[in-house]
Amino acid sequence: MASEAVIVIENLRKSFGNLHVLQGVDLTVNQNENVVVLGRSGTGKSVLIKILVGLLKPDSGYVSVLGQEVETLKGRELDQFRQKVGFSFQNSALYDSMSIRENLEFPLVRNVRNLSRAEIDRAVEEALDDVGLSQTINQMPSELSGGQRKRIGIARTLILKPEIMLYDEPTAGLDPITCIDINNLINEVKERYKATSIIITHDLTCAKATGDRVAMLLDGKFERVGTFDDVFADSDERVQQFYNYNFVN
Amino acid sequence: MLSDTKASPAPPPEKPAEPGRLTRLFLSLADVASFVGRFFREAFLPPYEFGEIVRQCYEVGYRSLLLISTTGFITGIVFTNQSRPSLSEFGATSWLPSLIAIAIVRALGPLVTALIAAGKVGSSIGAELGSMNVTEQIDAMEVSGTDPFKFLVVSRVLATSFTIPILTFYTIFVALIGAFINVNANEQTSFPSFMQEVFGAVTFLDIFASLFKSIFFGFTIGIVGCYKGFHSSKGTEGVGKAANAAVVTSMFLIFIEELLALQIISALRGS
Repeated sequence: MASEAVIVIENLRKSFGNLHVLQGVDLTVNQNENVVVLGRSGTGKSVLIKILVGLLKPDSGYVSVLGQEVETLKGRELDQFRQKVGFSFQNSALYDSMSIRENLEFPLVRNVRNLSRAEIDRAVEEALDDVGLSQTINQMPSELSGGQRKRIGIARTLILKPEIMLYDEPTAGLDPITCIDINNLINEVKERYKATSIIITHDLTCAKATGDRVAMLLDGKFERVGTFDDVFADSDERVQQFYNYNFVN
Repeated sequence: MLSDTKASPAPPPEKPAEPGRLTRLFLSLADVASFVGRFFREAFLPPYEFGEIVRQCYEVGYRSLLLISTTGFITGIVFTNQSRPSLSEFGATSWLPSLIAIAIVRALGPLVTALIAAGKVGSSIGAELGSMNVTEQIDAMEVSGTDPFKFLVVSRVLATSFTIPILTFYTIFVALIGAFINVNANEQTSFPSFMQEVFGAVTFLDIFASLFKSIFFGFTIGIVGCYKGFHSSKGTEGVGKAANAAVVTSMFLIFIEELLALQIISALRGS
C-alpha cells in the first residue's frame, strides 16, 4: 500500500528583494518518512520550513500540510494546525526567562484547556524522559549546554505530540558525539511518535543517519531527490563538491 | 558558415529604486501607526493575558520601586533647597510648601517617574524583545500556537500604562517627604502645617492632569520599547540598538507630550 503524502509542495517560489531564494520547489513527503533537505548556507532551506509552518508567506506556489493549504489558514485555524507541527529551531529558541519546566509547560497550558496540575507534570516529565534530560527540569536554559538545549527544544515540541516535525539544523554547532545523540533522537521520534519529519541540515553525517530520502537544494530547486547513496552517486560537480567537503565515507 | 550561437548575457535584474528620505519617514510612520492600531485591536479582543499582565505589572512596578524612591526623595530635597534662596529674597519662605507641591504634582513627579521608567523599563523591554527576536523565541511562541503580539506586546503596554501612574503618585509622595524634611530642618515647619499648605495649593485638576499624563507616558514607554524590540535587526548589535532607541525615543516623546499637556491644561485652567 502506498504511503499517504502529508506534505505537498508544488512550484514554490520565494524572493527577498532581488534575492530569489526558492525558484520553483517541488517536494512530496509521505507519512512517517524522514526527508533531509541539504544545501549550502543561504540557499533557502530554513525559509522552506518556515513557509511550511506559516511563519513566512510564499510569493507563489502551493503548499499543503496534513491536507490543509497553509497560506489560507488564519487565527484559531492556524493555531490548531500549528499544534500538529513541531518546529525545532536552529538555536533551540528556549524562552530565557522561563525554567525548563515552564518552557515545556508553555505550549501545553496554552493549547490544551482544563489540564490538571498532575497531568501537566506528567506530560513534562514524559517529554523530558524522551530526550533523556529529566534532571534539568528546574534549571534555566542558560545553565544548559548546546546539545542539552537542542534536546530540550525538541522535547518542547514533542509535548503536543506533533504529527510532523521540522528540524532546522539540529546538529549545527555541536560536537560529533552530541551530533550522534541528536541523530538517534530524531530516529527515536520517528519510531515512537510515528512522526513525519523534514530535517534541514548541511551535515552529511546527520543526513545519512536520519534521512529516508535526501533532497538537495541547488539554485533554488530540488534538483536531486532520492536515497542518500543515489543522490551522491551523481557526478554533478555541485553535488560532489558538497560531498567532498563533508568528508563522509 | 558558422554562426555565433552564443547568446548575449542576460542583463542583470533591475534594482528597485531606493526610497527617498521623506518616503522612508512616511513608511516608518505608517508602520508605527499600524503597530499602535494592532495594539488597540488586540487589547480588546479575547483571550486576555491576565496572568502575564500581572507579572509585567510586578516587573515594571515593584522592581522600579527602589530607584523611583531614591530619585523622588532626592528631587524633593534638591528642588526645595534650590527654591529657598529666591523666595527668601522676598521674605516668602512660608510659600515654599505650596510652590514645591505645585511643581512636584504638576510637572516633576510625572516627568521624573516617566524618565526613570523610560531608562529602566523601556530599555529592558526593548532589549528583552530584541533578544527574543534575534534568538527566534518570538517565532517559537508563534509556532506553538500563541499570539506573540498579544502575549508580549499587549501585556507589557497595559502593564506600563497601569503601573506608571501608580509609580507617579508614589514619587510625588516620596518627593514631598523629602521636601518636608528639608523644610522642617530649615524653617521648623510641622508635618500637619506642611501638608495643609500642600493640599491648599494643589487642585483637583492638577491631580487629574498628572494621572492622565502619566497614563500617556506609561503607554509611550511600553509601546516604544515593544516596537523597537519587535523590529530589532538580527544580531547582538540589533539588541543593543533596540534598547538604546527605546530609551531615546520614549524620552523624546515624553517631553513632547509634556509640552502638549502643558498647553491643554493651561487652556483648561484658563490661564
